Amino acid sequence: MSSDVTVEDLAASGLGISNSQAGGSGLPANRHRLRRAVRPVLAMAPFTIYTLIFLAIPTATVVELAFRSHSGKLTLANLNLIEHGTFRLGFENSILLATVTSIVPGILGVFLAYTIHTSRSGLLKRLVATSSGVLANFGGINLTFIFIATIGSTGILTAWLTVIRLNPWHYGFNLYSFWGVAIVYMYFQIPLMLLVITPAFGGLRPSWREAAENLGASSFHYWRTVGVPVLLPSVLGGILLLFGSGFAAYATADTLTAGTVTLAPIQIGAYLNGNVIAGEENVGYAIGFGMLVVLTVTMILYALVRRRASRWLR
Amino acid sequence: MASMIPAIAVEEALSVPDSDGEGAGDPQRRRVPRIRFWRGIVLLVAGVYFLIPLYAGMKFSVQNDAGHWSLYAIKDIPSETGFGAAFWLSMRIAGSTMVLAMVLLVPTAVYVHLKLPKMRRILEFVTILPIVIPPIVLSLGILDVMPEFLRASPYLMTLVYVIFVYPFVYRSLDAGLTAIDLKTLVEASRSLGGKWISTLWHVIVPNLRSALLSAVVLTIALVLGEFTFASLDLWTTIPVWIYQFSQLDGHVATAVCMLTLLGTWVLLIAVVSVDRSQSRRARRRTGAL
Repeated sequence: MSSDVTVEDLAASGLGISNSQAGGSGLPANRHRLRRAVRPVLAMAPFTIYTLIFLAIPTATVVELAFRSHSGKLTLANLNLIEHGTFRLGFENSILLATVTSIVPGILGVFLAYTIHTSRSGLLKRLVATSSGVLANFGGINLTFIFIATIGSTGILTAWLTVIRLNPWHYGFNLYSFWGVAIVYMYFQIPLMLLVITPAFGGLRPSWREAAENLGASSFHYWRTVGVPVLLPSVLGGILLLFGSGFAAYATADTLTAGTVTLAPIQIGAYLNGNVIAGEENVGYAIGFGMLVVLTVTMILYALVRRRASRWLR
Repeated sequence: MASMIPAIAVEEALSVPDSDGEGAGDPQRRRVPRIRFWRGIVLLVAGVYFLIPLYAGMKFSVQNDAGHWSLYAIKDIPSETGFGAAFWLSMRIAGSTMVLAMVLLVPTAVYVHLKLPKMRRILEFVTILPIVIPPIVLSLGILDVMPEFLRASPYLMTLVYVIFVYPFVYRSLDAGLTAIDLKTLVEASRSLGGKWISTLWHVIVPNLRSALLSAVVLTIALVLGEFTFASLDLWTTIPVWIYQFSQLDGHVATAVCMLTLLGTWVLLIAVVSVDRSQSRRARRRTGAL
């Protein structure tokens, strides 16, 4: 606490009020106190105002308009609308997509992270660390095009597979569909899982394994009683994060399918591009509100799991 | 960019580069043959999944429509219709986003660390919000509430991207500020008569160099890859241009994608190695003492 005082005094002396003055006479002390009260407010003002204008108000507007009719009356009609028909399908598909592209890459990511963690090659570790950093951010348009070049109808892998008479397009595969989107999402979801889960393997102390082995535990026993319980919160946290990432993603699915796949974010995009039916003028906001609810629940669960996971990372 | 979440994880990975322990692999030593076999299989499968699309993208970039080898797609990029305009728009947006994000967040983060430590949790919470609020939903709200004059300007993108980069710029700054002895530095500078602004510029900023550098690179990567808001705001930045141009020539579009990826990769590797050499130097210095 003493260093706190020193900094305050230094700040005061910088403004021409020496320590003794501030403590001695009444008036400068009052002014000093006033400055001290006002300065934090002033210092935080730019950030606070900016965040209000560009984050809080737009988000609050989406939530508010979700509950208003086109004429501005309070209504639940928009929310009723998204519970049925094509909008409901959008949410169901989005949740299914997020589930598939979080559990599968989540599990694959754990095995991959373990393989890399137990490797003794520093080069491999570094290569994987930077690669997953790049690839986890490699969504959207860029990802779309390398996948079209790979397994699009004239893609390179498609050509290779055609040679051995396994052209996937002849077996009902379509890159520009729900499952196509799922395969493409794995390309950034697996690296994301690697980034999240690698520190957790670092928390798995070698001494725990030695202790378990000295006590006569088999490898299976060690994993069942030590390894898995320690890793599980981190793995669950990673999967939740992947769920949020897959659920919120828009650009990749939109560019890959030209907006034709029925997903909640795509429906918001279509709404913003002016594809609105009379009587459904505010439905875009209701979808936005629904997405916010799903993601808020996901992130609360993530925070809870994360708190548990951090116990072993100290 | 698929969403904001990957960016955060990159930040985590960059800020803890050497977290895995040195001798972690030792207990497995006597089971090496089996592990090595499985490691080979796992790495092979992962390698195939991750490398084939990259290979395909590269091959597609150096081919013409007939499937023959040709560098026309790469050579023609600068002269393609609209590319120059899209490129400069993206550069302007990237530059302005970078500057605005720094001007807004560096003083705020420094002040909170120095004077309002209780606010740290709140700031952390606020700056993580752009992750919970998906870009598409924020775009919906922004396009609704912004006045006409802002919607007519491309710099609305800058204003929105600053929000998008909150999570990783702040986390990067937070990690950097926690790692240095901020109070001592500020006290030293102040007692030598330094003004606040010069303390910030000459003392704090140089000490945050690697944190700022990784924040800058991630900001550039985000702006160069952001499709959602740019396309909905109807501005042709590089990603939007790629999408539009792909209808004319897929090879050129793919070539631009591959160059963007390569550029991001090189920048990130540069940042990581600067980080590495810096921490190595720091370690050597403490070792000498």
